[in-house]
Formats: sequence, C-alpha cells, structure tokens
Amino acid sequence: MDKRLERILPRVQKPARYVGGEYNAVMKDKARVDTRVAFCFPDTYEIGMSNLGMRILYGVMNNMDGVWCERCFHPWGDMEEEMRRAQMPLYALESGDPIGDFDVIAFSVGYEMAFPAMLNMLDLAGVPLRTSRREALSPLVIAGGTAMYNCEPIADFIDLALLGEGEEQIVELLELYRQAKREGWDKGAFLRRACHIGGVYVPSLYDVSYNDDGTVKAITPRDGAPARVRKRIVTDMDKAYYPAKTIVPSTEIVQDRVTLELFRGCIRGCRFCQAGYVYRPVRNRSKDLCAQYARESVEDSGYQEMTLSSLSTSDYRGLVELCDELEPFCEQKHLSLSLPSLRADNFSMALMERLQKGRKTGLTFAPEAGTQRLRDAINKNLTEDDLLESCRRAFAGGYSAVKLYFMLGLPTETDEDVAAIADVAAHVMHAWRESATNKNRGVRITVSTSWFVPKPHTAFQWEPQIPIEEYERRVALLRERINTKTVTYNWHPSPTSFMEAVISRGDRRLCDVLEAAFRKGAKLDAWEDYFSLPRWLEAFDECGLDPHFYANRRREHGEVMPWAHIDVGVSDAFLMREHDRCYEGVTTPDCRTKCSACGANCLIGRACDG
Amino acid sequence: MAKLRLLFVKENQASYISHLDLMRTFQRVFLRAGIHLKHSQGFHPHPLISIVLPLPVGQSSDCELLDFEIEQDTDGAGIAEKLNEGLPAGLLVRDCYRAERPARDFAYLRARLELDYDHGVPDGTLDALRELFSRDEVLVEKRTKHKDLAQINVIPLIQSIEWCEAENLVTADVVCAAQNPGLNPALLSQAVAAALPDRASDFARVRRVELYDKDMNLFR
Repeated sequence: MDKRLERILPRVQKPARYVGGEYNAVMKDKARVDTRVAFCFPDTYEIGMSNLGMRILYGVMNNMDGVWCERCFHPWGDMEEEMRRAQMPLYALESGDPIGDFDVIAFSVGYEMAFPAMLNMLDLAGVPLRTSRREALSPLVIAGGTAMYNCEPIADFIDLALLGEGEEQIVELLELYRQAKREGWDKGAFLRRACHIGGVYVPSLYDVSYNDDGTVKAITPRDGAPARVRKRIVTDMDKAYYPAKTIVPSTEIVQDRVTLELFRGCIRGCRFCQAGYVYRPVRNRSKDLCAQYARESVEDSGYQEMTLSSLSTSDYRGLVELCDELEPFCEQKHLSLSLPSLRADNFSMALMERLQKGRKTGLTFAPEAGTQRLRDAINKNLTEDDLLESCRRAFAGGYSAVKLYFMLGLPTETDEDVAAIADVAAHVMHAWRESATNKNRGVRITVSTSWFVPKPHTAFQWEPQIPIEEYERRVALLRERINTKTVTYNWHPSPTSFMEAVISRGDRRLCDVLEAAFRKGAKLDAWEDYFSLPRWLEAFDECGLDPHFYANRRREHGEVMPWAHIDVGVSDAFLMREHDRCYEGVTTPDCRTKCSACGANCLIGRACDG
Repeated sequence: MAKLRLLFVKENQASYISHLDLMRTFQRVFLRAGIHLKHSQGFHPHPLISIVLPLPVGQSSDCELLDFEIEQDTDGAGIAEKLNEGLPAGLLVRDCYRAERPARDFAYLRARLELDYDHGVPDGTLDALRELFSRDEVLVEKRTKHKDLAQINVIPLIQSIEWCEAENLVTADVVCAAQNPGLNPALLSQAVAAALPDRASDFARVRRVELYDKDMNLFR
C-alpha cells in the first residue's frame, strides 16, 4: 500500500471506502492490459457503489481482453484535504495507481449537481479541466449517465459524452480508442471518427450561436458530425449483460443489497418526470431470466435482501409469476424482497403484504399533488381513493407510519392545490382512525414537499421554476393548514433545487460559471454539507450571466433548446402535445392502455413492451 | 449443532474494515460458502457470530478469532478452505475448529509495534525507550466509552517489551494485557510521544501476533 495512504487513512472517517480489495473487485495483470479505464463516479463510494449502471459497465469493460476498468470515487472532505496536503493524486481503487496516467477517465453522472465534483476529481487527478488544454489522446475524458441528456454546461470539460445506455457503445468506443492508440492518431482525428458511433456526442464538433436576448440561435455541426445525436439503447433486455457476479463492498453502502433490474422504461408518462421520458421505450427482461439472475446474484454475493428494481416495479408484466417462482428460494435463503417505487393501488398492496415479512415500519407514497385537477394536469395516474384505500389496507395490516411526497410549484398550481395537500394528510389520518388494528401505537404521517425543478426532455422543459419567494410563500401556506400533531411537515429551504433548475437547462456558457464556482470551492454540491448558494451567485456575477434566465423564464415552443441536437427518441411534437394537454387538464393514458405515439419505439423498430 | 472458532489473518486493505462491517462481511462470506449460521431465537433473529477480541481499525493481525454456531455437527474440517474462496483481499482463514475454551480464558496479547522515523532514528532512542518502560508509571490519555479523557498507567498492563532498531524504524515485541482491562499497543507510541517528545515517531503500526492464556500458553 502507498505509504502516504497508510499515513492518511487512520485520520479519516470510514477508511474502508478508500482501499478497494472487495470481494469480486477485478484485478488484472498490467502487462496483459493495453487500455486502462478509470471509471469515476462524482460522488462518494457509498453512493457510487449503489449504482447499478456502474456495476453493469464495470462488468462489460472488464469482460474485454486487454482492458482493465477500475473504480474511482470522490473522496469525502476530510480525505480530500489529507490527499491534497500529502500531494497524493486521485487513484483508482483496484491498483492504487493515479488515474491521471490512465487511457480513459470515464464519468458516470446521473445528477447535474455532481458536475462540480467531476471538475474536482479531474483537478485531484492533476488533469487539466478543459478539453482544449488536453492535447494528447490520453487521458480521454468521457461521460455518460442521465445528466448527459443536457451536458452543455460541461461541454468544455469532456471530450465526448455517451448518450443512453452504455453497454454496447462503450465497447465500440474503447475498440476505436485502441485502434487510435495503435495507429498513433491525434485526438482530433479520434474524435472525428468517434462521433459516428451511435450515441456518441462530441461537443467540440458543434458551434453554438446565440440571439441578442441570450437564447440559442443555432447549433451547427462541423467536420461531418451528425446534426442530431440519437441516444443508444439495448434493444433486447434478454441479451443485455447483467452483473450477477458483482462487487460486494466490505463496508456499508446506501443500497446494500442485490438489485435485480426487471425492465427499462416506464409506461406511466408523468409529465414532470425526466426518467419517464428518457428511458423509453419500455423493454422487459423475461421472467425466467430475472429469476435465474436473482438466484445467481444471491448465491454469489451472500446478500439476504434483494430489491426488484425499475422505474415502476408493479408495472412489470410477470411480477406475480416472478414472485411465485422466487418464493421457495427466498424462504430457503431467508431472503427478503423489497419493492421500491410502489404504486398506491390494490395490486401493489396485495403483493407487498405477501412479500413483507417481519418488521412493518413505514410506507411511502408519492401523490405529488394535492388535488385531482393538478394530478391530472401532471398526468400522475393516482386517485385519492386509491391512496386512501391503500393506506387503510396498510393500517389494517399493522403499519403505523405513512410518508407522503409532494411537489410545490408544478405548472398550473394554485393556492387551492397547495392547501389540498393538508386535506390529503387529514384524510389519511381519518383512514387510520377507521382501520388501524392497534390504535395504541399511534400513527405518524409525514408530508414532505420539494421544490419542482423543470427538466430537459420532459413536457415541462418550457416551464419556469417558481421563484424562491413564491416557493416559500406556498410552504408557509401549507404549514398553516397542517395543524394536527400526528402530521409532520418536512420541507427543505433547499437552494440546491434552484441551482439544479439553472444547470439542468443551462447552455454552454455555463461552463465558465462551473469553472468559476469550482475555483471558489464548489465540489460535492449534491450534499448540503458543501453547497453554497452565495458562491454560485458570485460565479454567475463574475461571468456576467443571470441564473434566473435559465431557471425562471418561460420558454416558447419555438425556442431552440440548448439540447435541441440531442435526440432521446421521444419526439418534440409529443412533448409539446403533452405540455398543451397539461393546461387543458387532459390526461394521457399509460402506454399499456393505449400507445400515444411518443416516437421512442423508433429506437427498437417495433412496438415497445409497454 | 457445533460451536466453532475461526483463526484468521486481517491485514493490508482488510485492516481498515471496522468491527461491525467485518461482522456483516463474514455473515455474507458464510452464505457464499453455503454454510448456514445458527440464528438467535428472539423476535428479530440474528446470526450467532462474534469476534473474540475486536481489532482497532488500521491494525493488522495474524491471530483473530471468530466464534460462530452452525446447525450441522462438525469439527470444522474443510470450512476454512470454503470460506477462503469468498473473502475480500487481506482476510485469510488459517483454521476452523471446535471452540473448546471460552473466550474469557485469554489474558495476554503478543503484538509487534513499529515506529517509523522518516529522518532516521535519533541517537540513543533505544536506551531512552528502555528506560521509559522500566519506570513504575507511564501515563497516557485515553478516550473512554463515555467520550471523556482518562489517564491510564500503561506499565502494569505490560508483561514484557523488547525494543529493536532497524533503518528508520524501531520495533517492539510486546506482550500486554488483552482484557479486563486490556492495552491497545498503539497507546505505547502515544506514551513515547508524551514522555519523550524529541523521540516521537512519525507513524506507528501495530500487528497482533498471538493470544495467550494467563499461564502464557497459546490461546486458540
């Protein structure tokens, strides 16, 4: 072990996350490897190791002969300080080698607020931030993940972005890189070839011009780059790699269990939900294969908990059959199954009652809005009757805590909608009185509201975020209306959501702002421990840009979005139609009931599995 | 049913796995190996597994002991090999056998303490160290369970200590009390720093070597 590291580790919190060596971590002989990839996650080990995408691509890359993919995470503040003091560059967990010497530095970014952490990791690695300052082919800095559907705010820092699912394109990209390395191409030549791999976006091959009012005028490709870059997906989930044999951390992580991915995409079409649009179309993994992977993963890892993962698990067609099939195995292994993203309907409740063994703590539902009118406007297919029926069932079954999640600032929201959130909580309270089996235990009802952030590639991408004063006014309004002791109201005075709204729909000019904020100390800004709004405002000021231009301005349907050249498969016409229907108060049926022709099936050349 | 004991090594990366994380890790290692631990019979059953003398984070050891119970009746043969297939780097099971002696029977710990002197060991350090540990009282500050500081005298807790010098390094072969109360050998480097500030080391490393009972017989 590196001597500097040995000296540092006794002084930092949770040192086990900085040493690697976990079960199933891939070790390779450097002499037999020609391409080394540092797979970076711009957040802590505990968060990054909980990410299924990271595990899939780690497996895919390490299955390539001659390629060694190693992991690297953002150190927590105490560790970063020690590393900087000891002049120890950022290293990969498997070999302990500095990632600045690797061929490829690949980031997986799921969240815009992780952008400053990317810059900090490059800096810790001793790699110049800007692509223009990195003249050599290596290290090649690339990024993938959902945040790349608008990567303009980091366009100047990454050499290229991978849009969509990475399983196939990363292999093609690494093969091209190896050819470039063998044949001695320069970086420009490599990038001009790489932009023709499906899903690969090379920002430096696009010129962006602006109108006088600051909006984007045009995005013009150069050197033969495609006018639009379409995201890449795996068309057949039964052929997609699943990491049944995967790293088992020796220290506790956030999702410390087997994650079994049932399907990709979501049939629901909630108008605010970016994941619901960008993961389309729906593709199922067959039930038998899911069951096989479940067994293999549990046996190899020794985990006794498994989560059936997807954007909306109760919509998996073979869910009951899958649970039937897994039940004896679960019994035998004392394995507990958990269902995230539960819908408040009878089907889901019945299933959960069956799966939930032992401790019954709390249930969480996300009605998102207080009135049926607003739920219709955002296309959240949930009625209050469904919610109350589910709560009655839960209370009758012995549950004594319910959490309810809402958003404030959704398009068309009125004070009446805000106040109705308190009514929903009161009705849940009433449902408890009616149906609780053991009233002595009492009940805890928690209402949480967050500040709505409009996201690119959604029906609400044209919408302004409500200003902070207005958000706080609505919070106060709701707080006044909640006056039972059993209902706890949680809200965050979260300025992070404002910066998230700015960056998620930002353009290329934000690169300067990001760098300025980073120079002032921005790093793990997804954590409230590190986020500072004044620092961001200063950075905007220095760059002569107005954050409200990005967050709080209503955009016209005709405006060129900074991400106009990024194609996720869903048509602009469909998003506009969905946006209009919100104001008409008209719902759109889920994809299973009726196909609404969003366009995403063009990616698989057949009807989707919705 | 069998009450078994593992003798294992914990070193390198694994020396940073905390006690609780190590318990979790072992539970999974047992399941990977297809060995079903016996569970407690309470309302929230938990596997019957315990580490005899938890090792402070950052230290290594050749002689860690872990007690566990399984349903089958076995003398433990073959279990070490099975477990070793699924261990993280830095953990190695040396042996698995019936736990004959209760954990309260061990009394002493042999450890190797290494003190790094990056700029060379100051002249006369060995003599000074020998003199220091021949005193009747050497006090160090130790954080108690209640988070406040207590002064403890390390001398009565030391059975024997032998100092040795190499390049930029001083080592001690120390036998000290292991429980009721025990001494963390790392405290000896603190004691040196407090009593002989000119001879404070740049870094201290501890490796457990053996456990003994009160008659200085090996404890297994």
